[in-house]
Amino acid sequence: MGSSSSSMDHIPNAEELMQETGFSAAHLLRLYERFEFLDKDQTGELRPEDFGAIGGLALNPIGDRIISAFFSPGQETVDFPSFVRVLAHFRPNGTNRTRNGTQQEPVNSRTRKLKFAFQLYDQDRDGKISRAELLQVLRAMLGIQVTEEQLQSIAERAIQEADLDRDDAISFDEFKKVQQVSPHPQTPTKETPLHPTEGGR
Amino acid sequence: MPSRTCSHSPSGFGKSLPEQGLLLLVVLVLLEGSVLPLGAASSPDVSHQDDSHNHKVADHGVNATKKVFPVLDVDYHHIQTPFEISLWVLLASLMKLGFHLIPRLSSIVPESCLLIVVGLLVGGLIKLAGEQVPPVLDSRLFFLCLLPPIILDAGYFLPIRPFMENVGTILMFAVVGTVWNAFFVGGLLYAVCQIQPANPSSLHSIELLHCLLFGSIISAVDPVAVLAVFEEIHINELLHILVFGESLLNDAVTVVLYHLFVEYAGVGTVTVMDGFLGVISFLVVALGGVLVGAIYGILAAFTSRFTSHTRVIEPLFVFVYSYMAYLSAEMFHLSGIMALIACGAVMRPYVEANISHKSHTTIKYFLKMWSSVSETLIFIFLGVATVDGPHSWNWTFVTVTVILCLVARVIGVVGLTYIINKFRIVKLTTKDQFIVAYGGLRGAIAFSLGFLLDQNQFAHRKMFLTAIITVIFFTVFVQGMTIKPLVELLAVKKKQEAKRSINEEIHTQFLDHLLTGIEDICGHYGHHHWKDKLNRFNKKYVKKCLIAGERSKEPQLIAFYHKMEMKQAIELVESGGGVKLPSAVPSTVSMQNIQPKKPPPAKAAERALPQLPKGREEEIRKILRSNLQRTRQRLRSYNRHTLVADPYEDGFSDLLIKKQKMIELEKKIKEMNNYLTVPAAPPDSPTMCRARLASGKHIRISHSQMQTLNIYHHFTVR
Repeated sequence: MGSSSSSMDHIPNAEELMQETGFSAAHLLRLYERFEFLDKDQTGELRPEDFGAIGGLALNPIGDRIISAFFSPGQETVDFPSFVRVLAHFRPNGTNRTRNGTQQEPVNSRTRKLKFAFQLYDQDRDGKISRAELLQVLRAMLGIQVTEEQLQSIAERAIQEADLDRDDAISFDEFKKVQQVSPHPQTPTKETPLHPTEGGR
Repeated sequence: MPSRTCSHSPSGFGKSLPEQGLLLLVVLVLLEGSVLPLGAASSPDVSHQDDSHNHKVADHGVNATKKVFPVLDVDYHHIQTPFEISLWVLLASLMKLGFHLIPRLSSIVPESCLLIVVGLLVGGLIKLAGEQVPPVLDSRLFFLCLLPPIILDAGYFLPIRPFMENVGTILMFAVVGTVWNAFFVGGLLYAVCQIQPANPSSLHSIELLHCLLFGSIISAVDPVAVLAVFEEIHINELLHILVFGESLLNDAVTVVLYHLFVEYAGVGTVTVMDGFLGVISFLVVALGGVLVGAIYGILAAFTSRFTSHTRVIEPLFVFVYSYMAYLSAEMFHLSGIMALIACGAVMRPYVEANISHKSHTTIKYFLKMWSSVSETLIFIFLGVATVDGPHSWNWTFVTVTVILCLVARVIGVVGLTYIINKFRIVKLTTKDQFIVAYGGLRGAIAFSLGFLLDQNQFAHRKMFLTAIITVIFFTVFVQGMTIKPLVELLAVKKKQEAKRSINEEIHTQFLDHLLTGIEDICGHYGHHHWKDKLNRFNKKYVKKCLIAGERSKEPQLIAFYHKMEMKQAIELVESGGGVKLPSAVPSTVSMQNIQPKKPPPAKAAERALPQLPKGREEEIRKILRSNLQRTRQRLRSYNRHTLVADPYEDGFSDLLIKKQKMIELEKKIKEMNNYLTVPAAPPDSPTMCRARLASGKHIRISHSQMQTLNIYHHFTVR
């Protein structure tokens, strides 16, 4: 946490951002440094190509979805506040709430995280994951070694398990419910890499 | 683990117990003897002296009286050892049976306590009968025969994901916690023994190193006891894996500390150099054990790649390789437990992709059976060994030990959690800490280690043993019995009973990719980054080597999906009848339509056809059942060398073709959506039956059912 306040001045509206997203000053600074690193031509904004330059992301099956999640519909570029806002979804929601053993997380935070994940499935943003969208995700994740029928069966089954109102698509509530039933340790509530003491570049 | 060769206990069971059982036999034989005219020479021989006596009698004259041919003879000595072993195993299993017949008892008292009591009773009976109690908890027997099955069972079915996620915490507890416990208990015990300078007692002669050795023996949490108790209380996965993982991984620490102190207790001093060597030794023991296990695991996986023609012996490879891993690690004085865990965990994903479904079931049931029997035997033997002694009760020593163990555990857990919580994302609450501390049970390993001590070198061995037994009894009885009500009282989160659904699996994988992507964006090489790298490496190189044929390219999700479909198919076939479509075909699109969820059949029926009148249901049931019979008959005959064709494996391409046909048909029928009205067809045609039911109601389900019945008709007619 040895960052001087002078570098914080580079960041526009630092105070507001910290309030809004809950990041600490150190976190924010680190994110800013990363933002600048990614912004190769120093325009102050990121474009899809900048994201594409990240090696690991190219190999990631849902890499392009993640990238598009940063860009609001219609926008071509991402500025720093939007960048931080998206990443704020992955902040652990544990700093100032009381725990009593049972997992009673504040509904809004967990919901927000699930909503983010949901939006990654739901590319056309109609509020439901249709069978076609699910198939797309499966295809991306499972690659080419799987036959079309297998994909169909899996998608079919997944929808049947989750779809309670029988509209052949998974709405956000149904999505939440499925995740609620067995809280696997890897829910989005627990993930963030953004601890200043963790890891390095 | 320390050298298992024990200098002072014979590996046999002792010659006394059989004489008890023989009384029964003698009675039986006498009865028969009175019926059949056998003559004097064939009267039952209870001991070999009679044998030799008879021989002498016969020898007395070269052509002496011709002995009457012994139609019935008793030669116990011939079968003694296996008979005794079987008798013990039978006793253990009958006890286990018995407990579960008394429902109230098994809900209050954990099984381990009851078994120890049984052991006490048996030991007591033997002692009352005046015989010498057999030294059953022989260290060699324990470490080489009784412990491995339990550990293998635990290792093979270890839930890798939660384990790896919490591995840092587990290691902290296992290593730092155990070392802390050992030194705290040992050190304070020595201090306590030194006080009271007024009246010198035998305690004053204890040396510091002996106390530290005792501390290291008593401080390790025991996996057998933890398993036995925690299995019954069903707490949430996190706590379970924390305590259980700790009990497994502290083996390396125990080995090193034990060896260290035993070595230097003779010399009398431990220098800093020795301490340093101890640390290095720990790393060698732990990592070496894991390495040995991993090597054997990979060998097993590789072997299983070629077993497609000899399915019958597949489970054998799993067991033998694992056992050899354990023995090899023991040979080098590495941690056998860690080797076993590593072997099971490494081989499992590859072996399961290669072996047949039946072998998988066999492995599962054999492991469970062996580990269950082992566990039962261990607790009974603990009871018997307690009666045997040798004991040397010393109030001060024993009570101080018990108290110190508890205190050390609590302080250790609280202190470590404070540090650990700084690095954890999901913090451990006070309740969690309490359960972790309370779940630190000691067990038979501690006793066996104590038993191994040399009486000549350690004058207070008897006292140590008594104290160890007391601590074990205390933790198993008091903590074991009260942990269940405490869990209820504190409302600790219980294990989620819901089965994994395909949605979860998809989402888990999706999340993994998502989080890896986010980590990449942030430039952070975290948990997910490395996991992703490992997975890629695994997919690219390792799977190709170790998994046979086509399965090597199969993504994990597909494998999971197939497993689920198989399970569902088997469930359907087993439960028979009902408004379901059973089939030997593991997965059909239409089958899913009928039973969208896996709850009990009744519910599925309700959901599928909410307005199904009872008469119709019966008709349909009859039709389906008769079709089912045909399926069952097909599966019945087989011989040992050609197991029944696994539909999943052999006819797979056929399945795909069938499925394709079904999907096409379904599409066609969907087009005829609104045209199904009440047809004027005879009631016994299932197709028409269905259509009638579907009349007027646009239930997507029923169309597919109709279509499926149609198709099923086609297929069963063949």
